[in-house]
Amino acid sequence: MSEPRPLASIEAVESGLASQGYIASRQIATAVYLSEQIAKPILVEGPAGVGKTELAKAVAGWRGLKMIRLQCYEGLDEAKALYEWKYAKQLLYTQILKDKLGEVLGGAETLHAALDQLHDFGDVFFSKEFVEPRPLLQALEQPRGCVLLIDEIDKSDAEFESLLLEILSDFQVSIPELGTIAAAVAPTVILTSNSERNLGDALKRRCLHLHIGFPEQKLEERIVESRVPGISQTLRKQLVSFIHSIRTLDLKKQPSVSETIDWARVLVLLQAPELGHEMVKDTLNVLLKYESDVEAALPHVTTFVANAQRQNVFG
Amino acid sequence: MHVSPAESIDAMRAVSKIGFDERGILRDTLLLTLAKSEDEKKALGACFDLFFSQPEPSKSDTRNESDTANENQPPQDQGGQPAGGGQSQNLGPLAQMLLTQDPAEIAAAMANAASAANLSDIRYFTQRGLFSSRILERMGIARLNDDLDNLTVTNPALAERLTTATDALREMVRDRVAQALLLYGREEAENLRNEILRNAPLARIEPRQIEEMRALIRRMARRLRERFSKPRKRQRRGHLDVRRTLRRNAAWGSVPFLTAWKRKHRDKPKIVALCDVSGSVARVSDFFLLLIHSLHEVVSDVRSYAFSGHLIEVSDILESKSAEEAMKDIMGKVGFGSSDYGSSFADFERQWMETVTPQTTVIVLGDARSNNLDPGADILRRISERSKRVVWLNPEGRLTWGFGDSEMPRYQTFCNVVRQCATAQQLERAVSDIVVTYH
Repeated sequence: MSEPRPLASIEAVESGLASQGYIASRQIATAVYLSEQIAKPILVEGPAGVGKTELAKAVAGWRGLKMIRLQCYEGLDEAKALYEWKYAKQLLYTQILKDKLGEVLGGAETLHAALDQLHDFGDVFFSKEFVEPRPLLQALEQPRGCVLLIDEIDKSDAEFESLLLEILSDFQVSIPELGTIAAAVAPTVILTSNSERNLGDALKRRCLHLHIGFPEQKLEERIVESRVPGISQTLRKQLVSFIHSIRTLDLKKQPSVSETIDWARVLVLLQAPELGHEMVKDTLNVLLKYESDVEAALPHVTTFVANAQRQNVFG
Repeated sequence: MHVSPAESIDAMRAVSKIGFDERGILRDTLLLTLAKSEDEKKALGACFDLFFSQPEPSKSDTRNESDTANENQPPQDQGGQPAGGGQSQNLGPLAQMLLTQDPAEIAAAMANAASAANLSDIRYFTQRGLFSSRILERMGIARLNDDLDNLTVTNPALAERLTTATDALREMVRDRVAQALLLYGREEAENLRNEILRNAPLARIEPRQIEEMRALIRRMARRLRERFSKPRKRQRRGHLDVRRTLRRNAAWGSVPFLTAWKRKHRDKPKIVALCDVSGSVARVSDFFLLLIHSLHEVVSDVRSYAFSGHLIEVSDILESKSAEEAMKDIMGKVGFGSSDYGSSFADFERQWMETVTPQTTVIVLGDARSNNLDPGADILRRISERSKRVVWLNPEGRLTWGFGDSEMPRYQTFCNVVRQCATAQQLERAVSDIVVTYH
């Protein structure tokens, strides 16, 4: 697998992602296909836990590319995201080379001549050897291309967005001392956002905008099937149907796909043949992350379980 | 929705890779490239469906029509063909086209005529007739009418067919114009309506407009949020933070490689809102509370209180329920009484005075008509002393302040800002000014 796999068609993307255990809807597959075809980053929005980050991992895994991840947070700046000078190394080298410098400059008679000679060295201490590449620069330097995941971009400051613009549209960065560094192979860039704040128009314009919501019942069943192989068909259907009922309630945090998968794993571990009231009530805390949500859901459990069982009989 | 030239280029590139074969994928592609938020996706999806709704049904309609016509026609056609063939030489192009009943050709001719008549400029429903006749003109309706007149004399059977076809054509053009109006005129009509609504007195809008008004208020809130939710930290370039610089550079003997600069921290607005919900002011309070509570990202802390005869805290009700339910609930508890500002202020001072801090803006919304009861102006003075500012929003016009039982002049002395606030636009300005003082 030396060459990254090409993207032949939307169907190929769908089956490729499926081989990594990521069941993509057609919209998602179209987005991935297009991002490669017209070389644009994908901006993925949606509630927490619907598989935004997973998508990047799946794309990387399937195409056999390295994944470079940049986790955003408040206060993230270019020194941590793009590049940094190795100050300590610069300092150390100047100390070691002190004598050498003296020798070289010794020949100079006047201060002016010394300065001229110093200019001849060029920017020795501001060359590539002293640059510490951070994720964004690393991504550009990968000889075979890579998948660059910029996670939770909404957590970063608005200034950081502007920093990304050059990378996102032209796949290059400008370092004042070194000039412009362009990507050897344009990386596949995936940005994720939980919509905590509105992103700037300039950033949005440079991306394909993909919104991943909660999946439909059929799709979620397939996701559970691929992620939790040991689960029986009956349990899977009941479980997904139950979760879809839970999502109709007014909850602080709706259970998302990752919670569905966790819960399915738990139920498999407990060797449940099918959904039961007691079992559900005991394990509800896997699904719901707030005490108030659990309390709100408890009175409905019996009805929802009964519904799920009934639906399974007829469906 | 704003689509820049660069975006349409991207969309075209994407479409060229995808092709037009499958409408579903084409739709996904356009949504991915053009829309920039979930709302926009919905709007664009609806627009897409609307735009592409026309060709297919009309095509199948005419196809059916022509099919049935052909089924009925053959014997007649066979008989009339030689004569008809000779006739059609003299007919205008439109009449010939209609008689041959080629739906694709007719549709193409109509599309050409429509673009020649600048159909996409249609904005108001009153323009429908104008555009219909323009399109028909371009397609050559005048010649068609002449042909019809001639044919009624020479070949009545053919004339009858042509008349039916002409009627069908008129109908198609009308549908086409109606669809274009829906597609191109919607925004304009909506803007006009919103503009009227924005300047209408809130207290007197009709019940059927309330939902629209709520949507408008929500849009205002979004605009304010976008304007003010910029980061609250701003570097003060030029002011070196010596301590942090030394600490950061300790590793290399305090040679300052990395500099740290002082930052200015800005407060988010804290708001305490006291809203009169008696009689005529209730509706304005309703919209005001809706606006204030949709500003989560801009305002760090809002506490709302509603009063008429006495005062209660309503923040929780507003946070937990939908707009309509919350207002119903609040009205049930304190609404529709005759207002008593004095005792309501006293209620506030007794129970919630400690929520007012030097960072708080206190907003009072009411007509200051206290039914000749004690106005409690001294309490307002104490509130004013504790808070950053007191803003009074009065739905009544300035001219009426101080007349009858209005206590406005007495309250005015203790307020930093007093403004009239009767329409949605004034409401937006008032709130925007309040937020802006924190920036």
